[in-house]
Amino acid sequence: MDWGSLQAVLGGVNKHSTSIGKIWLTVLFIFRIMILVVAAERVWGDEQQDFVCNTLQPGCRNVCYDHFFPISHIRLWALQLIFVSTPALLVAMHVAYTRHEKKRRFRNGEKIDIEELKNEKIHIRGALWWTYTSSIFFRLVFEAVFMYVFYYMYDGYQMPRLVKCDAWPCPNVVDCFVSRPTEKTTFTIFMLAVSGICITLNLAELCYLVMKICTKDSKKTP
Amino acid sequence: MDWGALQTILGGVNKHSTSIGKIWLTVLFIFRIMILVVAAETVWGDEQDDFVCNTLQPGCKNVCYDHFFPISHIRLWALQLIFVSTPALLVAMHVAYRRHEKKRQFRKGDQKCEFKDIEEIRRQRFRIEGALWWTYTSSIFCRLAFEAVFMYAFYFMYDGFRMPRLMKCDAWPCPNVVDCFVSRPTEKTVFTIFMIAVSSICILLNVAELCYLLTKFFLRRSKRAGNQKHHPNHENKEETKQNEMNELISDSCQNPVIGFTS
Repeated sequence: MDWGSLQAVLGGVNKHSTSIGKIWLTVLFIFRIMILVVAAERVWGDEQQDFVCNTLQPGCRNVCYDHFFPISHIRLWALQLIFVSTPALLVAMHVAYTRHEKKRRFRNGEKIDIEELKNEKIHIRGALWWTYTSSIFFRLVFEAVFMYVFYYMYDGYQMPRLVKCDAWPCPNVVDCFVSRPTEKTTFTIFMLAVSGICITLNLAELCYLVMKICTKDSKKTP
Repeated sequence: MDWGALQTILGGVNKHSTSIGKIWLTVLFIFRIMILVVAAETVWGDEQDDFVCNTLQPGCKNVCYDHFFPISHIRLWALQLIFVSTPALLVAMHVAYRRHEKKRQFRKGDQKCEFKDIEEIRRQRFRIEGALWWTYTSSIFCRLAFEAVFMYAFYFMYDGFRMPRLMKCDAWPCPNVVDCFVSRPTEKTVFTIFMIAVSSICILLNVAELCYLLTKFFLRRSKRAGNQKHHPNHENKEETKQNEMNELISDSCQNPVIGFTS
């Protein structure tokens, strides 16, 4: 079970999304997951190995690394991407349930063509509209929460070159140097920017869905 | 999600490209992405481990490495390849949108729709004209812009395309000026020049494709203007259909099967 499997699972959801939803999914896969896998993981690959402290005291480097990097950026991004992708599965489950119900009615003797049932495109209306809108809302919440967690944990989005550490067993205050801070800052800002774009796309999709239902209601009432 | 997945996504776009576009895609995958994955990543693999500075001062190596290599070549190339590949998705989205519209017409039972079933709509190959021409041309233009920007970023960040063997560093906490030695400088220079050369070839292919599309556009316009002049009231449906078929046949003869299936 890896990013490829997630892509396979979410590819199925793609069929029932709006156009904006499809663009969001493309941005997620190409500009976030792919960048994480092919580039960012290498940048953070040697983060503990090349975290160097100006001391010979055994254990000081470990303690300082743990103090300044409670959860690595890479792991936080992986968690963020998984949490942000999964609300779409609510929609997939709802569609699967609707199809299951229709198949059951077919088996009970109602006249429905089973082939047509498989190929049918389900419109985002009624209960599915509520499911879809809730999934977008959850996506937004997860994105915002993770962006705030990043900001809070790392005191901003810049990776410092030097961190001063005085945790035991380090003697007095010790200078510790982070590995590849500029490259890490660049990628952090890039991932933040793409997160921002995804949030904008989700908001746009939410507005589109709300407008759709409002115009439909106004069409119904004479 | 890795380079293989990108290849699958872009393979689908391949169907709606011109011949030059298909050649460009092949060059991109074989001479850039594949070289990056099988060769360049190994060359740059030990870049920080084997970056050695003539000092015992802790932290000096980290700081000097960070000063001279703000973003590694490998990451810049990965970003360049991703940015350069993605404008093609605009074309894929446009084609998907047109297919969706035709399916909607078909389902409504529109008699103008010439397709017999949904499978035929799925298999239809769209010609690069009208709005699709504009989307396709913009995507080529975006590709060119990204290629140029990244080549300039490389040149600016590394002061040329050569990897020096020795760098002199005096950033804190290094005491005075310290000599730092780069790992595999010659091999890195060779690969940098190779990737720049292939980038330039891709730029040339994109420029050629742009010229081809513009020529096709102007020829089509002059043909249409010529037809209207000679036969202002004549319904040219049969002739245009025959012309379209001829163009489609000649196009499909020119387009080699270059490996990527959708």
